[in-house]
Amino acid sequence: MFTLKNGRLPPADVKNIIFFVRPRLELMDIIADNITSEDRRHSSRDFHILFVPRRSMLCEQRLKEQGVLASFINIDEYILDLIPYDGDLLSMEYESAFRECYLENDQTSLYHTAKGLMTLQALYGTIPQIYGKGECARLVANMMLRMKREFAGSQNQILPVFDTLLLLDRNVDLLTPLATQLTYEGLIDEIYGISNGYVKLPPEKFAQKKQGEGSKDLPTEPKKLQLNSAEELYAEIRDKNFNAVGAALSKKAKIISAAFEERHNAKTVGEIKQFVSQLPHMQAARSSLANHTSIAELIKDITTSEAFFDNLTVEQEFMTGVDTDKVNTYIEDCIAQKDPLIKILRLVCMQSVCNNGLKHKVMDYYKREILQTYGYEHILTLNNLEKAGLLKPQTGSRNNYPTIRKTLKLWMEDANEQNPNDISYVYSGYSPLSIRLTQILARPGWRSIEEVLKMLPGPHFEERQQLPSGLHKKRQQGENRTTLVFFLGGVTYAEIAALRFLSQVEDSGMEYVIATTKLINGTTWIKSLMDRPESPTQ
Amino acid sequence: MTSCDAGCVLPANSFLPFCVDNLNKESLTLYVQMIKSKVDEEDYWHSSKFKAFTFDDEDDELSRLKESRQAVNNIRRLVEEDDDEDDVERVSWSGEPVGSISWSVKETAASSQRADREPAFPKISTDTPSISRSQSGYSLSSLFKGKPKVGNFQTFSDALTDSSVRLYAPELRKPKSEYKDYVSDWSPEETVQRLQQGKAVSLERFRTLQDKLLLLDHAIAAHDGNVITAVLIYLKRTLCKEVLFRELESRQTALRHFIHYLSETQNQRLLLELHRALGKAEDAALLQYKEHLSITDENKRRDFLKNCLSLPFSAEDLAHVQDHYTLLERQIIIEVTDRQAECGGKVEIFQKFPRKALILNMPLITTLYYCCFYHYAEPEGTFSSPLNIRQTFKISEKQYFVTALAARAKLKAWLDVDALFASRNWLGFTRKKSPLSFQRVVDILQKNSAPTHVLQDYVALVDDGELRLTLAQKHKCHDIVISTYRDMKDRQLLLGYRGKVVRGSAEERKIDDLLSNPQIRWKN
Repeated sequence: MFTLKNGRLPPADVKNIIFFVRPRLELMDIIADNITSEDRRHSSRDFHILFVPRRSMLCEQRLKEQGVLASFINIDEYILDLIPYDGDLLSMEYESAFRECYLENDQTSLYHTAKGLMTLQALYGTIPQIYGKGECARLVANMMLRMKREFAGSQNQILPVFDTLLLLDRNVDLLTPLATQLTYEGLIDEIYGISNGYVKLPPEKFAQKKQGEGSKDLPTEPKKLQLNSAEELYAEIRDKNFNAVGAALSKKAKIISAAFEERHNAKTVGEIKQFVSQLPHMQAARSSLANHTSIAELIKDITTSEAFFDNLTVEQEFMTGVDTDKVNTYIEDCIAQKDPLIKILRLVCMQSVCNNGLKHKVMDYYKREILQTYGYEHILTLNNLEKAGLLKPQTGSRNNYPTIRKTLKLWMEDANEQNPNDISYVYSGYSPLSIRLTQILARPGWRSIEEVLKMLPGPHFEERQQLPSGLHKKRQQGENRTTLVFFLGGVTYAEIAALRFLSQVEDSGMEYVIATTKLINGTTWIKSLMDRPESPTQ
Repeated sequence: MTSCDAGCVLPANSFLPFCVDNLNKESLTLYVQMIKSKVDEEDYWHSSKFKAFTFDDEDDELSRLKESRQAVNNIRRLVEEDDDEDDVERVSWSGEPVGSISWSVKETAASSQRADREPAFPKISTDTPSISRSQSGYSLSSLFKGKPKVGNFQTFSDALTDSSVRLYAPELRKPKSEYKDYVSDWSPEETVQRLQQGKAVSLERFRTLQDKLLLLDHAIAAHDGNVITAVLIYLKRTLCKEVLFRELESRQTALRHFIHYLSETQNQRLLLELHRALGKAEDAALLQYKEHLSITDENKRRDFLKNCLSLPFSAEDLAHVQDHYTLLERQIIIEVTDRQAECGGKVEIFQKFPRKALILNMPLITTLYYCCFYHYAEPEGTFSSPLNIRQTFKISEKQYFVTALAARAKLKAWLDVDALFASRNWLGFTRKKSPLSFQRVVDILQKNSAPTHVLQDYVALVDDGELRLTLAQKHKCHDIVISTYRDMKDRQLLLGYRGKVVRGSAEERKIDDLLSNPQIRWKN
């Protein structure tokens, strides 16, 4: 297994070469390059290509233009729609889904979503109730119902695992991904970027100091760690507000130390044997603790910095509706300091969303400053953000964000970070709109917020899918219902944490499984909307 | 069809139709993808009765089509006799004699591991059961927990519930229908379904405009971008631009896909025409503007930008594009002059601080910084004068100030820095004024490693007393700290601070003097 890259294929005495690729044009060029650099005389290799998740006409045409299509003995697809990331999390890892849906109006990703949901139903039973909010949600539901109709006749005989499916468009809640996530996992993602369940960290803090060795040879390779709930400690702290992580880590440290101290109490051979048998588990726990303490230290260095604090202050001002209609001095200063463009765009977009559009004067000022400082070619990026609705000039209608904020209780003054009693802990005050909608749907129901739902973009709807008789669940008393929440266009780790929190709340009676087109954060999301982020002139 | 050298076969299904995008090949629209057979198979083909499949590139399209039709008919007869639709496909893949192995319907329908009869592809077929053929629709196995579900249960449930499979199942019962595409009588709906499943289908039969549009509408309703694109490619080839554009206008989804297709295939000309035809002039203008990014030669890029000025941008964007052009034009002039100056070796600043990079294509503020660095004192009339740049591009006061400050501080030109703040009031007194907070000023100066005596002047100007003290401590501006403590009449703090200054220094003496000054009434 090799990573796809330009030039000659690595030498290996093999007959079959299989390209396993996403249907993206730039990858086709690499493959074409691979094949044309093969030595024609000696090569008797057979080439095969598998597209994930589906074949693409455009890609095959590109291969043909490059003159290599005929080199493939086999062209096919590997239909992998939803990839499991954790016990309760599925992602399609379809980066461009949001861009395609809201910028290019290309609904292919929705088709894949519907297909993926059909597969899921094939395995886990027909989902009797479908709720949704947003244009894309409506389309996916329509496609699902159509696919089901087309194959009516044979019934799915599996007892349904999910009681409800909730489809949510990302553009119903543009605000949440723009805010800095404040859960442990969310911050790891914001600062270092979690990619495919792994994070790469600066190695300094992970150097193992042995006696007699100086700190002269520090590792230079980044430290790569896998992050998921299989790791006991990580499962415990990942969804906590970062301010509660320190306490949790020190508590864990005490438990582990105590466990190691047990050895002094072990007197009989039997006791010693039992202690020794626990050692591997204890050592794993200790190294896990060491890793997370190091990560927490790295993050703390950043969260305690002035820059982080200032940025967060401005975000929270916007979210609470303070001075959203004026040019913000902090943004101005950040531009003057040439802070990363994405940071600026995140803030400006946030201000625009929280003000239901910016005044012409304010918008023009920001635009001019951005173009002058970062280059005029970013007209194209600004244009994309406008098309996606993230940046918009104020229209005649009045700013409805305050109403939405108040009705949905999006801002909680007294968010409890240590022992949360509300989802707002994930952003230390701001409750993600998407998750509020989910929470209200479960209780008391969307009928209570009709007015606000009308202010948010796209239709909201409810559909039912008939179950064959005999498959209706007989619910035990106290048994939880399960909802699958599908985020079309991406979901952040903080939103996931908020849903996990709701699953754990004792009297909620609802458990959530999360699916999405892509795990995102504000930075990766804005980047996906930029016009050629790495333009050759930069 | 250059991709076909010898021994090609039209598989009955499973291969996404491949489009021949060649205008002079009139007859054949969607062509089933060709598979290059291996040598042993070629032998088989040459010796078999399916020889008609062998195409020569020299053959004209018509005769090929005839041959292919003939071959297909042969197959169909054969298939009808055998009543086994998989024959054609099996032959194409394994080269085994037709009808020698009868495939179980169940197997084909459930997972269609057709590849496991393909000797050249053993890895796929045996080791990864989750890889399925396109016509079977799903890979159900590795979805959850990454664990392949195997066994009868899966087969059973798949066969029952997998939508694509269910679609496939009824067709098994009437195998003739599998070959209907060769006689081209699929309905638009069926055609779209077959396209979605990657089966062979010809779009040729959709001849009238009405038929074509019906087909397009069905493709749109399926929401599968791949299918929509396939139909659009066909329409692009068979309809004239005006009609196509007109019809796309009322079909926004298809229109978007078409735009995406054109931009991916870099068909700029048609794309621009399309935007114009649809009255989306601004989009077209931006699209054309975008092309400048791929022009590397600066002069050509400048000329290109100049041409862009006549495009129908929105007023706002036009102003930006105009600035972009003016900026590059200037950068080219500055670059030429400065390169000469640098090579000439006569201008001191270029010798002392050799240029690290070309100024071409840099953002405006970077250019301003460059000019503040190398051309600060130039008269306003020159292209490279910072004041001229500020005027031309209407740079905000703050931006100009920050940039000039940073550039002059970098050069340690403290007099210039000082002059930036100079402002006379109506009495003629000078006092320091700044469009930014003095805290930011200190920050910028400190980043450019300004010495303490310079920093001190600006720290002293910070309004907020507490902040001033913090900054003074941070940047070791002892005088400010000392006099602040004195004003606070805080003897203890002053005593404490004595430990932080260098022993025997002027600061220490100053503290000692203050501490022994009987006129101060300390609060502690």
